This record gives sequence, C-alpha cells and structure tokens, in this order.
Amino acid sequence: MPKKLVVIGNGMAAGRALEELFERAPGAYEVTIFGAEPRVNYNRIMLSPVLSGEKAYEDILIHDDAWYETHGITLHRGKQVVEIDRAARRVTAADGTAADYDQLLVATGSMPFVVPIPGATLPGVVTYRDLDDVNKMLEAAQKGGHAVVIGGGLLGLEAAAGLKAQGMEVTVLHLMPTLMERQLDPSSGYLLQKAFEDRGIAVRCKANTHAILGETHVTGVRLDDGTELPADIVVMAVGIRPNAGLAKEAGLETNRGVLVSDDMRTSDADIFSVGECVEHRGLCYGLVAPLYEMAKVVAAQLAGEEAAAYTGSVTATKLKVTGIDLFSAGDFGEAKDRQDIVLRDAARGVYKRLVLKENRIVGAVLYGETGDGSWFFDLLRKETDVTELRDTLIFGQSYVGGAPLDPTAAVAALPDDAEICGCNGVCKGKIVQTITGKGLSTLAEVRAHTKASASCGTCTGLVEQVMALTLGDKFAKSAVEPMCGCTDLGHDDVRRLIRAAELKSIPAVMQELGWKTSCGCAKCRPALNYYLLCDWPEEYEDDGRSRFINERVHANIQKDGTYSVVPRMWGGLTNPRELRAIADVAEKYNIPTVKVTGGQRIDLLGVRKEDLTAVWADLNDAGMVSGHAYAKGLRTVKTCVGTEWCRFGTQDSTGLGVKIERFMWGSWTPAKVKMGVSGCPRNCAESTCKDVGVICVDSGYEIHFAGAAGLHIKGTQLFCKVPEEDECIEVIAALTQLYREQGHYLERMYKWADRVGVESIRATVVDDLTRRQALYERFVISQRTAQIDPWAERVAGRDAHEFRPMANFTLAEAAE
Amino acid sequence: MSEWIDVGAVDDVPVLGSRVVQAPGGDIAVFKAADGTLFALRDRCPHKGGPLSQGIVHGHSVTCPLHNWVISLESGEAQGADHGCTHKIPLRIEGSRILLAASALMARAA
Repeated sequence: MPKKLVVIGNGMAAGRALEELFERAPGAYEVTIFGAEPRVNYNRIMLSPVLSGEKAYEDILIHDDAWYETHGITLHRGKQVVEIDRAARRVTAADGTAADYDQLLVATGSMPFVVPIPGATLPGVVTYRDLDDVNKMLEAAQKGGHAVVIGGGLLGLEAAAGLKAQGMEVTVLHLMPTLMERQLDPSSGYLLQKAFEDRGIAVRCKANTHAILGETHVTGVRLDDGTELPADIVVMAVGIRPNAGLAKEAGLETNRGVLVSDDMRTSDADIFSVGECVEHRGLCYGLVAPLYEMAKVVAAQLAGEEAAAYTGSVTATKLKVTGIDLFSAGDFGEAKDRQDIVLRDAARGVYKRLVLKENRIVGAVLYGETGDGSWFFDLLRKETDVTELRDTLIFGQSYVGGAPLDPTAAVAALPDDAEICGCNGVCKGKIVQTITGKGLSTLAEVRAHTKASASCGTCTGLVEQVMALTLGDKFAKSAVEPMCGCTDLGHDDVRRLIRAAELKSIPAVMQELGWKTSCGCAKCRPALNYYLLCDWPEEYEDDGRSRFINERVHANIQKDGTYSVVPRMWGGLTNPRELRAIADVAEKYNIPTVKVTGGQRIDLLGVRKEDLTAVWADLNDAGMVSGHAYAKGLRTVKTCVGTEWCRFGTQDSTGLGVKIERFMWGSWTPAKVKMGVSGCPRNCAESTCKDVGVICVDSGYEIHFAGAAGLHIKGTQLFCKVPEEDECIEVIAALTQLYREQGHYLERMYKWADRVGVESIRATVVDDLTRRQALYERFVISQRTAQIDPWAERVAGRDAHEFRPMANFTLAEAAE
Repeated sequence: MSEWIDVGAVDDVPVLGSRVVQAPGGDIAVFKAADGTLFALRDRCPHKGGPLSQGIVHGHSVTCPLHNWVISLESGEAQGADHGCTHKIPLRIEGSRILLAASALMARAA
C-alpha cells in the first residue's frame, strides 16, 4: 500500500523532487499536488526568453499532462492551499478541496517583493514572477509606449531587455550605484550598464522611486529628486521573499523562510520543505541549481535514504539576455586577506576578475567572455589550490601548462566530475557515459537523456563540445541541423538538390540523397511532399500518405478524434443563404459547437469523421468550398469594410481582400499564411500582425509582411508601397512564391524573413522587376493545379477509404 | 465463435496507410507498412488516446496525429524517450483475407 505524499506547490523544485523520487522509489507514494497556478510545471527561469519572443510557453514546459498521468499524480491546478492541519494530517485548499497525507512537502516558493509606495497597486504595475506576469507585459508591449522597470538585478534587467525587444521605450531604475551589485563588482556593473544603454535602454542608478503616478492606470513614476518619467507599465523587480506564511500558520518553525535541517525536514519530521521558501543554515536561495540540489536530498529522504544531507550551495549566476555574456560566482567583496587577478580588454569589452584567498578562488566575475566560467567555478567549489596555475590562471583553461588553443582542448581537459550544466547539475562524465552507453548522436537526444542544456540552454556550446570529443568526426559532420534523423542533409541542401538533380518523387529523393531509413519518417515525408509539390507543380502527384491527417482529410482533428469544418468565406463576406446552409448542416448532423474564428470564418466543431463527406456535400450545394483552415497554405484574408461603408476608408479593402483570396486560395506554402487588408491606417483588419497585410492609404497600398500573432507576437515590417491594386496583388503573389521556394517546411514567413534577411527579399521582389515577374508567373502556373476544391473531390469519391471503417463489429455484438 | 474473425481484404488497407475496425471494446487500427506487412493495434495512443489510425506510417512505426508520439507497430510500445504501450491485436493472413483474434476483437474492455 503506497504512502500518501501531498505536495503544496507545483514549481520547479517540487517537480524535480518528484522526478528524483520516482527514479529512486517508483510506486512508493501516491502523490497529490496542489498548484496555485492554473497550469503544469514549467521552466520559470526561461520566462525571459518568452518575454523577449525568443521562445514560446510550449518550449519551456517541463512536465506535460502526460507526465502527471503516467505517474498517477492527482494535480489540483489553480488551487491554493489555505490550511495545513498537522493533527489530522490533512491540507485544505481555498475551495475546500482536501487531501490527507502521510508525508507532506511544502514547496510554496517565493513572492515578489512590492515596494509599498503610493500607487503600487495601480493597474499597470506588475511583478515578474510567473507566466501571467509575462503575458501582462506582452500585452502592454503590444501597445508600445514607455516601460519603467524598478530594480536593476537579474530579473529586472532581463525584464527590461525583453520589453525593449518587444518594442517599448524602457528605463531601468536602480537604488544602488551599480547594476547587479550583489553579483557584480562596480567595473563589470559599469560594462553591463553600457551594454544596456547601447541597446537603447535608459539606466538610472541611485534612483529612489517616490511614487507611482496615475488615476485609474499607471501614467508615470516620480523619483525622490522630483524627476517624473512617463510609464504605460511599471515592472517591480526589486527582489523576492520566501513564501513561508502557510507553514508559519501551521506552527512550523520559520524565520525568513521555512526552517529546515540538513535532511530537509522542517520542525515536524513528517513535513519536508524544498525550494525558494526554504531557509537552510541561515540562507535562502533564489537560483535553480541549489533548489535542484535540495530536491535530490528530499527525494532520497522520502525514499528512505536517511544519510542523505544537503549542506548548502555555492551559486553561480548567468544573465539570460541574448548578446550579453556575464558570469559571476562566489564572493568578491574586498578584504585584507584577498588578492585580485584582473584582465581587461577595453576594445573588446572584456573584463575578468578572480578573487583569491589563501591561493584558492573564492569569487569570479567574467564579462564579455564567459567560456571559462565553468572551469573557474569548478576550481572554486573544490577549493583547489591554484598556486601552480596562478601565472596564467586568468587567461583560462586553454593556457594551463601551455595547452594548445584548440577549442575543444579546454573541454577535453575537464575532469569527469566537472559540472557542465549548472541548472540540472549534470557533469561531463555523465554526458560522456550516456552518449557512449546509449549510442546518442544528436543534441536533442543528449538533452532528453541527460537533461544537460535542457533548462536555460546557455551551456549548449559546451555540451556540443563534449559530444564532439566523444563522437569524433561523426558529430562534427552534422554542423548543419539535419532535416530529421533519416538524413544528414539540412532543409536548404535537400531543396537545392531536388531542383539540381531534378528529383520528382519521394522515393527518388530518398534514393539519390542516401536516406538512412527505408521510407522516411513523419518529419521528413511531409516536408519532401511539400518541396516536390512546390518545385514540380504540374508533374508531381501529391502523396496523401505523407501528409498529416488534417491535410489528408481536409478538416482539423480535435482531441476526441472528431473534426472541425470551416467553409471559405471570401474576405470574410457571407450572406443569408450561406448562413442558412451552415445552420442547416449544424442541425442535420448534430454538430455540437458553432464558433466564429479570428480569421472571420465560421467553425463547425465536433463533426464525426464518417459525416465529413456528407457535411461537405451540403456545404458545396450552397456554393461553399473548403476554407483550408487545416492547411500549410493560404488560410484567410481578413478585411474591413473599406470605402464601401466606412467613413474613413481610403480604398475598397473588402474588394481587394476578396480578389487576393480568390487568386491565391488553394496554394500550399511551407507553413500557414494568414493575410489581412485594412482600408485605412486605423487597421481594423489587424493587417500588421499577419504574414502579409495591406494597409490602404489615399495614395495607394502599403504592403506589410512577416508578422505573427500566435505563439510569437510579431508586428509586420513595411515591405513596400505601390500605387495600384493590380501591382499590389502582383507583389503579394511574388513575395508568397519566393517564400514557397525558399522557406523550410513548417517555417512561418517571419522566421523565413529573419533567416534570409528582409533586404534580400526586398531586392528580389521589389527592386528587380524581372525576377518579380518570373516569381509571379511561377505562382500563376502552380495555381492552375492547386485550385480544385478538395471537399468536392472527396464528395465525388476520392480517398473514400479514409472516411469509412473497414468493418464494424459493435452492431454484431449488440444483436447478440 | 471461431478463434479468428475475418475483418476485410488485404487490399482494403492502403500501403503506408491504415483502416479502422470498429469493435465493442473500442476501435482497432489495421496498418500496412511499405513492405506490405500488416499490423493491428488498439486505435488509442498510450499518451492521450489519439487515434493512431490517422497517423503517418513509416517503417514499422506510426506517428500519432495528436502529439507526434512514435509507436512501434510491432510491439505497440512508444519509441524514443516516451514511455507507454498500446495493445497489440493478434493478426493472421489467410489467402487475401485479414483475420483478427476473436478474443481480442470482441473483448469489451480495451
């Protein structure tokens, strides 16, 4: 009979403790988790890349729903525990949900500290702690304007860089004379401040905030010296404090945090605590590495290993702002018995300082060049005597004993127990063993099996060097990210070879390009199918077996295996006859949900697969065709009402949208393409977050492109401006065709533009009229075979096997 | 009831594709690999119950259409770093016909 373990808190520390526990003692506990946030466990230290737009929420998930399911965990999300009844051994959440425990783990984390100044509770003042905070910042950033970040520590600076990347004007206010004064000395603090100022972020040190201004929403910030700064959003990032209130109310011993001894037990032997809420030997930690070390000990204790003990952590810090390399570890306050070794290279903006005490490193700050950080940190933690190395120590590991400057030499020289990944505590030996033991050859595999470089990712380079050392030439060869495990070639190479060698079928590509598998995989086959379709439009026959289900059956699969159906509404226009037909279909086939989409269409959700063809037949009869809502292709052209109705309209935006959609529907593209046409700069069709958007003005048409409003929010860039409608359509078709020919499969237009450069696209489509014309013509040719309604084809009998079961034994059984 | 039940013709299942057999305990997916080998599994991904019959078949594997888990057609086991297993249904070919084990086909609980 498994014991009952209840966990309060669903953050990184709790998640890691459970992972370790399941590995050590599978099945020993029946686990119940209460999480105050309404979601699963995600990588909180990666919120900054989410804010800056470099990553999406999905990229930073640690445990998906399946993980909880697999381990039989009861997860109460969005439920905050309000009481621990130690006598009854039961915890109760705000909504009354209760759970009994044999062992309890308190992992309540920390809370952002809010400076109690006037205006601190106004709407528009946010902290920086969880995904909701990030979403609030992203929402504010979309409107542009001014952001003020209070706090020049790690979190504040990452928030500032992220908001700047999202297009806001940002000012950082910091109470102390230099940034990150707890981790940096004044010299590196200065370099850091300069780097932020070079990015256009204003930094004010020694700035004390007097009040936050505004009536119903933040409008600005007033400093002690009377200066007023405008602000549309204020981010408070002045620090965190352990969330120990619940434990305190339950009568557990607390100080700043929940007090634990080396076995991670609180003053109640059946209650453990882990993470940022903990105070251990007088210290509270806010970095991930110590939390993970604590988690290991908690798991070991829960698994019955009584000797397991946590003895405190030495911490190292890295700033996660792209383009700024900063590493700091240990203690570098000045004292009589300490000596400094300093290296400066002003031209390159490099600063390195090591603090020695009794010939051992006690502190290290590296700015501008942080490659030796893990080596210094290793020496620091092991308290290695560096007398012998001292002369060349500051130059880094490559110089030790005159070792050559081979980039991998430094990693080769690292001992097996040197820590490569600080977040997950993975050492070099573990990575090497796993690579050889499991026959791994890609970074993704190494991440999956060792967790190295799987959290903040800053050690990716090192992990790759370890791989290069372990695998030799085998690894060096795949410098280009291959399409998938079936080939060593990247997308660009494959596309080039398909054209150069005139390969016109999937088997031809696989044979001629030396595919390593017999018939590819679910990654490469859809990509190859698209490339062939794009390059040989009138010759290649589409291979349905290489398409994802949505494109194979021309509807969107839903979580329960039913489908959704979206008929096309040109430019978002519909009429009573179409609406009546949709209503009739919904009733006739008992379609449970009818919903309006963001692209100005109507979505019929919950259609059974067997009904699809009949539903389409009825919609076809009313004149409607597939809306391709499932396609890596042209989805929708959203429009506003333009000159036809609107008193501000400058051109017939609805008419242009309909023309574009009628011309371009059915075309397959590397990833989905959404368009919009707005009749004036008020932009009611939201054209500036589309893959291609048109803003009509009195003098013509502004064509924008490379926007997105999904996982990533990205405003478009102005591509060009043209005076006439015909030319507008020609440019859009040529631009789309270039994307079709150059894009990697599943690469959205904005990512393609980032990769190849907007200038190169503009030079081809805008400046070079001959190439524009040729692209346009190729698009027209490909449309000849693309504009066949896939629904009508299937109503007429194509792929009938897709929509019918082969046999049905459920009725036979019912009759028995 | 005999031990094996005829569910259809070998040619009914497209190469690199699949067909569904509706059964009392839930759908069964019959797959045909590129080399013509036939397999039958419960039409439920061990991850979140996705209909494997709707996935892309490659080698002796199928990729689930919901979250891209790769399931071995030979064993029903999830591949790679994922863990989980879907029930395999015993299958036999007799001439041009596909037969499934009656016990598995007519079982009520999946």
